[in-house]
Amino acid sequence: MPATTAASAEKPRPIVRSGRRFMSGDIACAEGSLAAGCRFFAGYPITPATEIAEHMARRLPEIDGVYIQMEDEIASMAAVIGASYAGVKSMTATSGPGFSLMQENIGLALMTETPCVIVNVMRGGPSTGQPTMPGQQDVMQARWGSHGDYEIIALAPSSVQEMFDLTVDAFNLAETYRVPVFVLADEIVGHMWERVTIPEVESLKIVNRKKPTVRPNNRFAPFEPDEDLVPPMAVFGEGYHFHATGLTHDERGYPRTESAEAQTKLVQRLCNKIRKNKDRIIRVKIAMLEDAEVAVVAYGIAARAALSAVRKARATGTKAGLLRLETIWPFPEEQVAQVAGRVKAIVVPEMNCGQIVREVERAAKETPVVFLSKLGEEPHKPGEILDAIEGVKR
Amino acid sequence: MEELPHPYEKFLRKDRIPHIWCEGCGNGIILNCFARALDELNIDLNKVVVVSGIGCIGRVSGYTNTDSFHTTHGRPIAFATGVKLANPELKVVVISGDGDLFAIGGNHFIHAARRNLDIQVICANNFIYGMTGGQGGPTTPLEAWTTTTPYGNIEQTFNLVHLAAACGSVYVARWTTLHTRWLTESIKKALQKEGFSFIEVVSQCPEIFGRYNKMETAIKMMQWFKEASEVQHFSDPAKAEITPNRITVGEFVDIEKPSYGRLLREMKTKVAEKKEQNEEKKDANRG
Repeated sequence: MPATTAASAEKPRPIVRSGRRFMSGDIACAEGSLAAGCRFFAGYPITPATEIAEHMARRLPEIDGVYIQMEDEIASMAAVIGASYAGVKSMTATSGPGFSLMQENIGLALMTETPCVIVNVMRGGPSTGQPTMPGQQDVMQARWGSHGDYEIIALAPSSVQEMFDLTVDAFNLAETYRVPVFVLADEIVGHMWERVTIPEVESLKIVNRKKPTVRPNNRFAPFEPDEDLVPPMAVFGEGYHFHATGLTHDERGYPRTESAEAQTKLVQRLCNKIRKNKDRIIRVKIAMLEDAEVAVVAYGIAARAALSAVRKARATGTKAGLLRLETIWPFPEEQVAQVAGRVKAIVVPEMNCGQIVREVERAAKETPVVFLSKLGEEPHKPGEILDAIEGVKR
Repeated sequence: MEELPHPYEKFLRKDRIPHIWCEGCGNGIILNCFARALDELNIDLNKVVVVSGIGCIGRVSGYTNTDSFHTTHGRPIAFATGVKLANPELKVVVISGDGDLFAIGGNHFIHAARRNLDIQVICANNFIYGMTGGQGGPTTPLEAWTTTTPYGNIEQTFNLVHLAAACGSVYVARWTTLHTRWLTESIKKALQKEGFSFIEVVSQCPEIFGRYNKMETAIKMMQWFKEASEVQHFSDPAKAEITPNRITVGEFVDIEKPSYGRLLREMKTKVAEKKEQNEEKKDANRG
């Protein structure tokens, strides 16, 4: 943070609230962002993500950070990019309708390789839909919502603890790959209260963006990638006098609007920096899969009932297991394919009309996939998933 | 013969020249006045960030030898908000067009002015969408011909200085590209103001707006500016609509008001003091 006031520099206050605490998912997300080093939040009130903004409005001024309520989500996303380019880790939080408005500048963040985090506490859609009810309907929008070709990273927490942990991870991934990272939560996870263990500062792994190794000079090329395909990031005010644009650009950041070569080179690198690093990015959790004959593939809130269903199935002698996707994008295709190769069938519960299930089907190839849709107030019941497991076993 | 450097060369990215602007365009004049203002104030270029949106003047950020960012259409002020609040040491200047700032970006303009965000906004008003080939916009005069007003414009126009004043800007001025000295002085003043300042520069687009409206050269357009403009300081901005016969130029607003940045700093200090008191109380109770 370049603009530390004298008062706060002298008296550092504890930023990470280490220890066992009881809090909601939205608050855990806010605390996770602060622990990761977020010091700028721009947002717009929206159910069921408002509590994140409210918590940031209270906490950030205490730790020399900035909270600002913008005029809309378009502006919020633009301000988040601006703050990141000024060298400060930044975040916004929203839900479906706001996520739609952010898509324009999410594209700008992708094109200008801006590290930042966007939390979407998903509710029922389309349009205004059901503001206070859960949903997992924005999964494909997260992947494809902005125009053009790109790759992004999206994480799906399924507990309050993961709202903290995955928000920290989201910042670390954003800083590592210079990409906007989504935390795709849902109304239940956001509003649920659970016990959270916040680690001690020393045991938190925090990643900061790569800085340029050259001193400011005329030759500095702000978009010249290293071997990992990620360019080191200069920020405003350091003397680099660099340019960034949403137009297709070359390594110097200069517009190249009529060169097929520049377009190919840039867009392919933006995709490849995620694709080629996907083994380092993707994380899944497995339970009871070793000898499973039926696998449930789930994420977010649906994964909780799925785990319960798998345990119930095991209790009655049915060999079921769970593959829980912490990373949704890039899609854990290989992990799903491996599981698919070993089981007779896969069950996919989702709070939508079928989004990730298509990815699962693609990865599962010949293995039959059964989809369990759920819309509205309640998440899947373990019994419903159990019935599906028992149904496909035969 | 020895090549003499241009006096404002250091303000430009030389490797980006020639620029993309048409012959006779007013954007170069605006850039020149901006460079002159930075030079005369001796501002540290390492601490200047030029932010622009989409459109002809939007390309200006690519030409200034400072840190610069070319945002999505209409969003430079929202982007600048993040930059300025994240690092208040930076001088953040938004230079963009009438369509970018007042059509697609209108909401961001009015709210940044209301907040009194510490940024300077310079608007090149050429009455038309130049980059896309000459469509009508929020400042296109009544009856003017554009590609999307082929029977003459029937939309009322924004009076930008009135809008800026009504939204709370601490400094508002309007000049044409003919008033280069005044404009430079205004930019200098704006750069030194605390809070949200706005300068409208009525600029010629002979290639498109001029050609469609019987002023097909820069000279003819500037002739119009010369004949129609009237310098009137601190006149009522509500009465300063641009008409074919009158372009009121000058300063309209110059007031003092705490900026968002100042109030934010003060709030943080208060929060810190309160925290400290609470800690002391806790210590006392423990003791």
